[in-house]
Amino acid sequence: MAKTTKTTCAYCGVGCGVLATTHDDGSVSVAGDPEHPANFGRLCSKGSALADTIGLEGRLLHPEVNGQQTSWDEALSHVSDGFNKIIAEHGPDAVAFYASGQLLTEDYYVANKLMKGFIGSANIDTNSRLCMASAVVGYKRAFGADAVPCSYEDLELADLIVIEGSNTAWCHPIVFQRIVKAKEERPDLKVIVIDPRRTATCDIADLHLPIKSGTDVALFNGLLQHLNQHSFINPDYIENYTEGFGDALLTAQQCDIANVAETCGLSEHDILEFYQSFAATEKVVTLYSQGVNQSSSGTDNSSSIINCHLAKGAIGKPGAGPFSITGQPNAMGGREVGGLSNQLAAHMELGNAEHHDLVSRFWNTENLAKHAGAKAVDMFNDVASGKIKAIWIMATNPVVSLPDADKVKAALEKCELVVISDCDKHTDTTEYANVLLPAQGWGEKDGIVTNSERRMSHQRQFLSVAGEAKPDWWIVCEVAKRMGFEQAFSYQSQVDIFREHAALSSFENNGARDFDLGAMAKISNDAYDSLEPIQWPVTATQANGTARLFTDNQFFTANAKAQFVPVSFTRPVNEPTAEYPLILNTGRVRDQWHTMTRTARSARLNGHVAEPFLEIHPDDAQSHKIEGGALAQVDSQWGKAIVRVQISSEQRKGSVFVPMHWNAQYASLARVDALVNPVVDPISGQPEFKHTPVKVRPYRPSWHGFILSRTAINVTDSQYWVKIKGEQFWRYELAGEENISEPEQWSRNQLGDNGEWLEFSDSAKSSYRAAKVVDEKIESVIFLSPTHDLPMRTWLSRQFSEEQLTDEVRMGLLSGKPGAGVPDVGPIVCACFGVGENTIRDAVNCGDAKTVDDIGSLLKAGTNCGSCIPELKKIIGRK
Amino acid sequence: MKEKLVLIGNGMAGMRTVDELLKLAPDKYDITVFGAEPHGNYNRIMLSPVLAGDKTLAEIIINDLQWYEDNNIALHTGVTITEIDRYHRQVIADDGTRVKYDRLILATGSNPFMLPIAGSDLEGVISFRDMNDVNVMIETAKTHKKAVVIGGGLLGLEAANGLLIQGMDVTVVHLGATLMEQQLDATAANMMREELEQKGLHFLMGHETEALLGAERVEKLRFKNGVEIEADLVVMAVGVRPNIELAEKSGIECDKGIVVTDTLQTYTPNIYAVGECVQHRKQTFGLVAPLFEQAKVCANHLAELGIASYISTVTATKLKVTGINLYSAGDFIGDEDSQVMVFKDPARNIYKKLVIKDDLIVGIVLYGDTMDGNWYFTLLTMQQDISHLRQDLLFGQQYVNELEEVNV
Repeated sequence: MAKTTKTTCAYCGVGCGVLATTHDDGSVSVAGDPEHPANFGRLCSKGSALADTIGLEGRLLHPEVNGQQTSWDEALSHVSDGFNKIIAEHGPDAVAFYASGQLLTEDYYVANKLMKGFIGSANIDTNSRLCMASAVVGYKRAFGADAVPCSYEDLELADLIVIEGSNTAWCHPIVFQRIVKAKEERPDLKVIVIDPRRTATCDIADLHLPIKSGTDVALFNGLLQHLNQHSFINPDYIENYTEGFGDALLTAQQCDIANVAETCGLSEHDILEFYQSFAATEKVVTLYSQGVNQSSSGTDNSSSIINCHLAKGAIGKPGAGPFSITGQPNAMGGREVGGLSNQLAAHMELGNAEHHDLVSRFWNTENLAKHAGAKAVDMFNDVASGKIKAIWIMATNPVVSLPDADKVKAALEKCELVVISDCDKHTDTTEYANVLLPAQGWGEKDGIVTNSERRMSHQRQFLSVAGEAKPDWWIVCEVAKRMGFEQAFSYQSQVDIFREHAALSSFENNGARDFDLGAMAKISNDAYDSLEPIQWPVTATQANGTARLFTDNQFFTANAKAQFVPVSFTRPVNEPTAEYPLILNTGRVRDQWHTMTRTARSARLNGHVAEPFLEIHPDDAQSHKIEGGALAQVDSQWGKAIVRVQISSEQRKGSVFVPMHWNAQYASLARVDALVNPVVDPISGQPEFKHTPVKVRPYRPSWHGFILSRTAINVTDSQYWVKIKGEQFWRYELAGEENISEPEQWSRNQLGDNGEWLEFSDSAKSSYRAAKVVDEKIESVIFLSPTHDLPMRTWLSRQFSEEQLTDEVRMGLLSGKPGAGVPDVGPIVCACFGVGENTIRDAVNCGDAKTVDDIGSLLKAGTNCGSCIPELKKIIGRK
Repeated sequence: MKEKLVLIGNGMAGMRTVDELLKLAPDKYDITVFGAEPHGNYNRIMLSPVLAGDKTLAEIIINDLQWYEDNNIALHTGVTITEIDRYHRQVIADDGTRVKYDRLILATGSNPFMLPIAGSDLEGVISFRDMNDVNVMIETAKTHKKAVVIGGGLLGLEAANGLLIQGMDVTVVHLGATLMEQQLDATAANMMREELEQKGLHFLMGHETEALLGAERVEKLRFKNGVEIEADLVVMAVGVRPNIELAEKSGIECDKGIVVTDTLQTYTPNIYAVGECVQHRKQTFGLVAPLFEQAKVCANHLAELGIASYISTVTATKLKVTGINLYSAGDFIGDEDSQVMVFKDPARNIYKKLVIKDDLIVGIVLYGDTMDGNWYFTLLTMQQDISHLRQDLLFGQQYVNELEEVNV
């Protein structure tokens, strides 16, 4: 009998509900949970492909110490002995945990408890530092607590949504779909997008402000000025519920529109339209994400937004508020447990004596850390300098994701003890592990996650556990026990941990702290099992959760008043120079997630954007002699990458974009964070991922090529390679600097010389193509050419799914395309139904499809997750 | 009173000329045809299928005797013209027949070249030229076992294949290193050899025959390297020579062949020549396509339309040798200034090669898949720049069409 389990998505902070069904044959299918209040049944392309990612290929199945498989007992003792020894010799600050928004709340809680409460250091930080630390500080400075005021429903209730520094369409697709739907129902709902790039999100924008990277404070200070000058502030609100308006205004005063236009690289007309819309609208939500946070002035960016909301009193009301959306499924849970090195626990502060006392008593420890630990970037600097001698990395991949990532690599290489708990055996980071601990993955583990609107959901187990993998909380507790902390870590289940977490949040709280799960402190195992999604705080008076904070205009500051924070515009730390004239911006693509450890397992997700790329404005491409489709080398002071060029006028002149996902498992030299400057916001410690000066130049290898192979292979002699999993094949994009003098032999070396070979060569073009056929099926193809203009891979790729290679296809195979009469579907636009661009374009060009709905009813494209709708519109628009 | 037209040679080129003439001017001439062979006009190209047992003589006859009658053509079969009396404008046959002509067409074809070596006159040593040769081969196969074909060209291979089908143990002896040098490059030739070896033929490459040995009937071949092999039947297929004996004897200007002008006229008034016996602008001919073109031009002039002239062009060879499709044209080897595009699918016995020079196709070899031969040949003869088609060219016309659609 098929069994369906309610769980949540493993990807972004939208936190969609997922129905995972295990079928009789063991296969798994997923669907959106119609009852989950985050998504009401919808899933994006990534969520829809979750079932593609749960195979055992590449999984870490057994504990390993120094490359040798070992027992759990030995591995755990190795870790505890190692940590104890280093602590004994060098003190608690010589060890560190680097955790992740992928951890469940219970995992996070015990990790934080062990480090801060019992080891006695605050050296626990997390990859959430990289995505929302600035937003946290922004909230704390204004509200006295890390409290996201809004709910998703505020997006539907708003009359104006300002989307700032977020490609919501690709990064939080279901939130975007909710906005799209709201706008369809209420066309008056105005959407303004502030982003240096004209992203897919601009598809629904009434106004797009292509702001110069890193100048957000100027824009919002200008807004504050405008609100004040044109009397759109709410004097009563400011007077009764806030402090510091005057100072904030004073700091913002040089930001008149002309000034802002100059600083932000925007037209005065557009700025005025934005200001007037914001001023005239009561119900305004500012939805912001990495473009705001990942900046050396990320904290001030946040404050400049919140200032404007406070000035209007546009907060704590339906359809209004400054709304930071998080990037990870449990970034919020990490914040709740205090998983950042400058937090204590349960939204309490490290420097606060009262909090220190409270937590010490609650945990019954005398060893509670007193001062803040190292934030992510500093943590790895400390590893590099030897100050930190043992580090435990949990469920994250810092060699790919931290700025100046090569330095992280070097630091780990030198580090005395590197412990990694992960589900994947081969990541750029696991390479440096002394101890590898197999953690349970999505579908195997069970616990609570919190999404961007403070909604806690139960992520449930529905798969049998892979190999010897264990829950992260179990691993942490077992190490803790072996380190001598049996009593504090003797949990029977994750529910025990959750109850303790809830109890701590309400311990001597009495409404003083925002984060309060008091009503859940004694939750039964059954109630935990059947827990419905609920927004914190969950207290005796708010037993069903809390949709919106600050409805009573009371804040968590000492005097309960919200604080205006005077912020002034400061330029990004590293400005472009003559040598590095362009600004590198990094971010996501629609169908990949973080460092691709999971999404790259899904052929259909890889179909959207297969290769790492550089997006550049046509003018910049011309002046740097960069050709579309060719390869370019991107250099910064810190590192380099070689990526495919995409020329696009949607890119702001002077800045380029490279996606953050690719790493050494899938590409030779596309770990973009190796280029990113290790500059952080001075308060939040969040890195400036969106602004690194770089130079670009053509990369001219002596040959280009690609291989499609039914089985994975090891390609040699290719300075540039990208490995892509496809439907029944692996694709390798290649380029090399040394001429291949005998392509026939070289190809046989790569692919093995069995089977029937079809070969094509053109002596003038030095091009060579071959296909290997085994048992009347295509086994592999290889295309080599001195230039990059090779045939599209789509049609060839499809041949791997064919039962048999027909003679007709066989004869034309090395042309790389179908002969007359057999259409080439083109690059996949709709990942859900595998609909290609050519198919869509044909439907549009012949007049059958005039709207996105037409395309949907004709081809099904866009009717499932809807993530491709902006692209569908673009195709319609092109006609 | 109609003018008298006499045709010497009841073969393909001559009779095609008559055919074309009848279309243009059906009542202009009284026509007399002399043929040395005792049949109506048959399709010589089809001798191979006859030998292979796929066709009968009746099936390859182009014009039967009734046809000659219906068209009021006087046909003399089994008769050889021995003399042309230019002064009296008459031809004289070996049976004493004399026929007057106003216009005369020489279509005497070519003779197979017989190696001038000892024993070449032994019984069981034949060529592969006409119906009689085919009959000898078929009969011999019934009583003898070992056949040797000297010459690995097109004709030799077809003879060998036919003899194999007739049940003989066949060895092809070839002087060069690769077969069919006139039509194939080494790669294609080697594929051909392998395919034929799989069928059961034997090959001795790089062997030069020194002598044929035997008392009355041939028994052995001896090669210059001293090796000897047994043979009950030897077929010489080492090339042909234009048959110019009669013309030369009659004082008509000859070189390697009967020299003709662009209108297929010899240097003797009122005498025309077509087919394998002619030499046009220093070139002689062996394939059927140019012969038919000559027939058209010649007929045009005989009909006194006077508007055609023969231009010898690159000739494409489209062949089906022993069931294998071949196509070749132009300079298919190339030189250091040319480039080659090659496609190989050895498991399917397919090989395609285009030789390109200055973005023009100058040579074509297609082995196994000749579907696009005519298209390539058009591109070659039209001298069409192929640079924009280059990526897809070798995969055939349907791929290029696709490309153009996409570009539109």
